Amino acid sequence: MTATEPRPPTRDWTTDFDILDPRYVEDPARIWDGLRQACPVAHTDRWGSTWLPVRYDDIAAIAHDVEHFSSRDIAVVSPGREFNPEASIPLEAPPITSDPPLHTWARRLLLPAFGPSAIETQTIVTRAVATELIDGFSGRGEVDVATEYAQHIPVRVIAQMIGVPVEDEATFLRWAVTILQEGFINIGKATDCVMELISYFAARGDERRAMPAADRPDDLITLLVEATDDDGAPLTDRHVIGSCFLLLLAGIDTTWSAIGSGLWHLASHPDDQQRLRDDPALMDTAVEEILRFYSPVTMARYVVDDVEVAGCPMKRGDKVLMNFPGGNRDPDMFERANEFVIDRAKNRHFAFGSGIHRCLGSNLARMELRVALETFLDRIPTFELSDESAVTWSAGQVRGPRRVPVRW
Amino acid sequence: MQVSVNPAKCQGHNRCARIAPDLFTTDDMGTAHVVGDGLVPAGRERVARLAADNCPEYAVSASDEGDSQ
Repeated sequence: MTATEPRPPTRDWTTDFDILDPRYVEDPARIWDGLRQACPVAHTDRWGSTWLPVRYDDIAAIAHDVEHFSSRDIAVVSPGREFNPEASIPLEAPPITSDPPLHTWARRLLLPAFGPSAIETQTIVTRAVATELIDGFSGRGEVDVATEYAQHIPVRVIAQMIGVPVEDEATFLRWAVTILQEGFINIGKATDCVMELISYFAARGDERRAMPAADRPDDLITLLVEATDDDGAPLTDRHVIGSCFLLLLAGIDTTWSAIGSGLWHLASHPDDQQRLRDDPALMDTAVEEILRFYSPVTMARYVVDDVEVAGCPMKRGDKVLMNFPGGNRDPDMFERANEFVIDRAKNRHFAFGSGIHRCLGSNLARMELRVALETFLDRIPTFELSDESAVTWSAGQVRGPRRVPVRW
Repeated sequence: MQVSVNPAKCQGHNRCARIAPDLFTTDDMGTAHVVGDGLVPAGRERVARLAADNCPEYAVSASDEGDSQ
């Protein structure tokens, strides 16, 4: 069975789950609740043998066990894997697709650029992007906050950080959607986009290397072309381009989904919107609760060595879905786990993952989410959904609303 | 009360420093450290406990052992 063929609907979620099933896309929390009672690590043979843990502690344990669980294949669905579990992924993207020891230095190279103090300086840029977008629709009385607001903020900020023209935004969004959101249903188009992206960043890297060092702008492409590995050798083209792929695409639809979910929540829960307007000090807990309740990202790991998790025999070549969104609804970890509590004080969520692969861009994503919400609430009066039936949610690796029409 | 960070567990989530910037700080790599000797001033105990309760890596601890000193 391939992802492109019509699939029979799931009858038993414990032995034949399907994260692309419309019921999972619509309301995954109901399915996780059922699984926690029946079988906390579900299995499927759709697209190759794959496991789905739903308990917080199981997911955290897998995330920390890098001996058995490799990041060589982090896609929730890898087309062709049902025929060959060793099927290669189209592009390495260090450090997200790396294991130690490569992971360790590839990540250390990038960490300072995404640390709390470096990201603080991006706040002004982010606020300017949000303000400019709102200027374009504030007089209209209605907007689709997903397609006209949330979608544009992370891509414009990261383009400036990487050092590529913001004018190429439409191309970057097309790559993100075609490769990450539609890759498993249209492999050919996704591969074309990957090739386009490789040529694009190969050219940017060559331009940068051709410049005298003193003239190179202070951005992430310069950082990568000037970097050396542990032996003092420059990074390979493959590494530079792979890291650019990661830096550009990893933050686009993930953060756009978080911003979209946050605004969808405020539009459809007027009490929470009013509380946040009355008490802006709630923003910190509100942001963390949006990240917990609407966690956008499910990752995956590749089993490199047979291992048992919660009584389940995982074999070499199996895939495990890193169900951080499901773990974030585990009632053993969170009180009132399926309620959105805007002032939740104890919130040990792992929306940004856990262990050595903690999202490199978490400080950036959190800042963008906060600034996007603050700026919107500041400029737009009380708003509500204008057409609830128009709201659609994406499936697969990243969950978020793709259309959120609101009016005020 | 005393707070501490286990550097072997910290993965740079930056939750503690956001919740209690007077008690925790982060370095260039994002790793958290206690401010000063980690002794929690009176009135900040609840915030110190929240910093521990929000760490996804269980790297932050807040213990009452320092109280009697």
